[in-house]
Amino acid sequence: MTEIPRILLAFAGEPAPGLPESPASPTYWMPLDASVTTRAVDGVYDFLYWISVVFTVGVVGVGAYFVFKYRAKSRRDNEQAERTPDHSTVLEVTWSVLPLFLLIALFVWGFKGYVDLRTPPKGAMEIRATAQKWKWIFTYPGGFTDDTLHVPVDEPVRVVISSVDVLHSLFIPNFRVKMDAVPGRYTDLWFQATKTGDYPIFCTEYCGTSHSDMLSRVVVHPPGGYEAWLQEQQDKLLSMPPEELGKLLYEKQGCSTCHSVDGTPKIGPSWKGLFGKQSSFTNGSSLTVDENYIRESIVDPNAKIVQGFVPSMPTYQGKLKDAEIDGIIAYIKSLK
Amino acid sequence: MASPSTTADAVVPRPTSADENYLTHEKGIQSWLFTLDHKRIGVMYLCSVLAAFALGGLFALLVRTELLTPGRTIMDPDTYNQMFTLHGAVMVFLVIIPGIPAALGNIIMPLQLGAKDVAFPRLNLASYHLWIIGALFMLASLGINAVDTGWTFYTPYSTTTATAVIPAAFGAFILGFASIFTGLNFIVTIHKMRPPGMSWFRMPLFCWALYATALIQVLATPVIGITLLMMIVERAFGIGIFDPALGGDPVLFQHFFWFYSHPAVYIMIVPAFGVVSEIIPVFSRKRMFGYKFIALSSLAIALLGFLVWGHHMFTSGQSVLAGTIFSAITFLIAIPTAIKVFNWIATMYKGRIHLDTPMLYALAFLWVFTIGGLTGVFLATMSVDVHLHDTYFVVAHFHYVMMGGAITAFMGGVHYWWSKITGKRYNETLGRWGALLVFVGLNVTFFPQFVLGTRGMPRRYYNYLPEFQGLHQLSTIGAYVLGLGFLLTAAYLLASIRKKKHDAAMNPWGGATLEWTISSPPPYYNFHSAPEITRGPYDGYEDLVYDEKIDGYVPRKAAPPRTAQVA
Amino acid sequence: MSEQTSEARSEARPVPGGAPHGPSGHGHADHGHGHGEFPHLAHHFDTPQQQFDAGKLGIWLFLLTEVLFFSGLFCAYTIYRAMRPEVFVYAHYFLDTNLGALNTCVLLVSSLTAAWAVRSAQLAQKQKLVANILITIVCAGTFMVVKYFEYSHKAHVGLLPGKNFQPTEQVWEVPSFQKKHPEAAEYARKLVAQAAASKAEGAAAPAAEASPAPEAEATKPTAEQIEPLIKAGVLGPKAEDPNVPSRPRNAHVFFGIYFFMTGLHGVHVLIGIGVWVWLLIRASKGVFGPMYFGPIDYAALYWHLVDLIWIYLFPLLYLIH
Repeated sequence: MTEIPRILLAFAGEPAPGLPESPASPTYWMPLDASVTTRAVDGVYDFLYWISVVFTVGVVGVGAYFVFKYRAKSRRDNEQAERTPDHSTVLEVTWSVLPLFLLIALFVWGFKGYVDLRTPPKGAMEIRATAQKWKWIFTYPGGFTDDTLHVPVDEPVRVVISSVDVLHSLFIPNFRVKMDAVPGRYTDLWFQATKTGDYPIFCTEYCGTSHSDMLSRVVVHPPGGYEAWLQEQQDKLLSMPPEELGKLLYEKQGCSTCHSVDGTPKIGPSWKGLFGKQSSFTNGSSLTVDENYIRESIVDPNAKIVQGFVPSMPTYQGKLKDAEIDGIIAYIKSLK
Repeated sequence: MASPSTTADAVVPRPTSADENYLTHEKGIQSWLFTLDHKRIGVMYLCSVLAAFALGGLFALLVRTELLTPGRTIMDPDTYNQMFTLHGAVMVFLVIIPGIPAALGNIIMPLQLGAKDVAFPRLNLASYHLWIIGALFMLASLGINAVDTGWTFYTPYSTTTATAVIPAAFGAFILGFASIFTGLNFIVTIHKMRPPGMSWFRMPLFCWALYATALIQVLATPVIGITLLMMIVERAFGIGIFDPALGGDPVLFQHFFWFYSHPAVYIMIVPAFGVVSEIIPVFSRKRMFGYKFIALSSLAIALLGFLVWGHHMFTSGQSVLAGTIFSAITFLIAIPTAIKVFNWIATMYKGRIHLDTPMLYALAFLWVFTIGGLTGVFLATMSVDVHLHDTYFVVAHFHYVMMGGAITAFMGGVHYWWSKITGKRYNETLGRWGALLVFVGLNVTFFPQFVLGTRGMPRRYYNYLPEFQGLHQLSTIGAYVLGLGFLLTAAYLLASIRKKKHDAAMNPWGGATLEWTISSPPPYYNFHSAPEITRGPYDGYEDLVYDEKIDGYVPRKAAPPRTAQVA
Repeated sequence: MSEQTSEARSEARPVPGGAPHGPSGHGHADHGHGHGEFPHLAHHFDTPQQQFDAGKLGIWLFLLTEVLFFSGLFCAYTIYRAMRPEVFVYAHYFLDTNLGALNTCVLLVSSLTAAWAVRSAQLAQKQKLVANILITIVCAGTFMVVKYFEYSHKAHVGLLPGKNFQPTEQVWEVPSFQKKHPEAAEYARKLVAQAAASKAEGAAAPAAEASPAPEAEATKPTAEQIEPLIKAGVLGPKAEDPNVPSRPRNAHVFFGIYFFMTGLHGVHVLIGIGVWVWLLIRASKGVFGPMYFGPIDYAALYWHLVDLIWIYLFPLLYLIH
């Protein structure tokens, strides 16, 4: 093998092009806080942290002190323990009731924060997030879709989430928000970004092979930036030549996750040289790949499965406009 | 019964030969595989559980090695997913749930009750055979195309993935029955076979813990049984209970699954509490402080444990009301748990503390369980859980309580009762080194994971952002230290068995419970007849003296014969 | 602990048919308990009373686990019935209530004979004991035979769970539906005929428009005609096709639950039969008497639970309205 085993590069810390990166955080534990929703979490987390330190030091400290102070030298000496009471109801009640007050306070604090996290403000802007293996697809008001979440700063945003296949979960650490994407159901989360910048989005419900690659990012625009961006994208789409549109959609709609353009078969067949190719299917039939077949594969992918592959593709029916499907067909045609 | 003012021999009547004990009583594989002796069944369980622990540990080391670098290190993503699934499934179903009850409880509990066996010896044997069958199904999954769903089997991924889910789920189903049989047996034994004079509040705390655990085993395990069966049938026949594509509800699976799996974590930890409750008084030469509170808190934890399963589902789309109830009750569980920790510390106050290996493990437990338990409070807090759910914070929390709690206590119990079970002493110096390595290893492995989780690192991730690499590497180093600690422990324990002579005294640590009044190893019939009990299980350390010649404790000759057992 | 108090003692057998069994005696020296007097007293128990009590507690605990085991299915049933009541109404027409009632009676009789068997054992009435066990087994066998007929009929008409759900019958053709709702059955048949006719006429009138051609009939459907169809999800918003009689969406879920619940129950009946056969053999050897009848007692308790579960299943699955 010419490739140096990764394990020897283990301590090299190589750079990662194209991956989201968390901005530097002022604290050791929590990521940079970039949304009003962090207020529901950070304060009570800090309180929990210090309570834990105090209790741990207390319990372990007292325990360690007893071990040192009352350590027996050896069994030979048959040292006897001093006679002390073996129960004290007063003590039991005290060390049950006092922590109970603390726990009640923590519960109420956490409950309030949770209700805040689950209650989007009225009039929040809505963006749809659709989870599929292994890509997030965000649909903006007006129908434009993208694989990155763009939002304006200082405005409440409600994300309505669903899944087309298995459970996924949308997690934005810098906003302290998380909600599962459940197939057959809609769930939601909300946030209001307070700082411009880029923040990572993770999938946090195990969903198979590329669960850890199902990354995205939130791009928080300064005032006016979001509208400008959305307009620019929509214009670009309208004016884009079909081939270019197809190539863009290839990335943004998750096609690239399963189809290569260089001939390598991945989870689905490669698009290189696909148009005009003679394809055989698991149901015994075969045909020459044309526009109709490509369209069918997009809206009803399980109608024909190419020999050597298994049904895995979600349907894009209703998700891609006709112009977009034409763009993909044009792109595939260009991949000779 | 002979009076204790005579020699120790009086307690062990008429062995047919000097070496006759339960290990030598009958020979041959048949006498083991079809034994009805709870001690032999326990020993087989102990060997099997430790072997499964080694396998699960191997998977863990492979997982941690892969996580040395983001992207591929030694395996591809599908293999990684299978590795962490098997690690979890093996550890949960084959090691920790049977763990202390089946391996240590089976051997020691009847001895602590002065009984000749458990209530249903054949059921006990059936339980062990079912464990073997369940393990074989798990291995079958490993051999065919190892399951990759995570040990939680969430639908619809588990009903649609191409890996061998059904053998693994069926294996877990069978193992559930092994657990139920053990629990059922223990409940009846403790209710019906206590010796004369042993009221409930004179019973050793280990038995209390096993009793509370057995209640959970009997009540909760059938639910995972039917859940796994439903998932298997869904996968095989597509009946549409959990798969939304067929008209089902995936969140329903989560409710059913956690209804068992949350009480299951108390099956894992409550026996550990019992072991620690045995060790601390003996190694402090002092009565347990707050005995009643410790005993009853086990029951409280068992009961409350059934009411909190939804705290695993705060981000599942579950209603706010449901989440609120689950969170509130979860906070309540912290109280009986904290009570135990305070009582243990109070027991050590003005004691005379001996830092042999069992006590080192018990003390390690106090540190590690305190951290594990407190971080549970973070997760019970609803808003904080939204951030921390499904991140490495959760992984760190449950490894602190399961590895640092249950396994540490298991190790402590194994060392504490090693000489009773095998008749041989292990090397105490190596024992202390092993305990130290394990303690350091588990802290270095899992503490960085709290940081990783808070910073947003999700769990079950093959690939990760480079910013997380340093902490992952530190965690992996800790895992190797932990593995080394266990290897060392295995080495000296195995070496001790190979000794020819039984060099263990009847009572090396000076315990006052009944198992220390019979030979090490015990005779196959345990007790000639049930001794009469007139005092508590942690009374009378002052009536035992250390005899250097045998490296064990004997009754103080001057003590008046207050009871019919060793005073 | 007092010496043996009452006559009641038995061998501990909490798991019928589950645990491996072997001779209860052990070849070790008698430790002076008088085990010779009680040949069925296990070595680890001190008195027959203790042994019997232990077995009794054991079987009750086991039955508790069985209840919890089935509870998951009852829970799933409740949730799905609440979410999709029309599926349950639709499907129950396919179940033969008479056969279900027959099975209920059969099991009730078998429970009676099982209880009687315990009494016979206590009184050492060997012939009555053998007869009672035999009748219990025959009843259980009858139950399974009836079950076989029910299952095979369903397989025949394609009413199987999941992917195998391909019914060859329409619900309004089923006798029980026709008897209960003759107008609705007639109406459904008419609608289907109309839809087929308009489809045959060609693309002029799309099938979706084939609503009860009021123009042709000039009558609105009556409540008796349409309500049972809507309740059963054959027409209306829950149906696969809202305007042409078909069946409710996800109708197969009922049959999944039906086969799972009755199948699991059937497995328990089979296990019970195995236990009773084993006990029949032992009873015919005259093993049971006032000093020893525990196994019969425990088996009867198990059997009563099996019966009780069926008594819940029958109305929940067969008697829906």
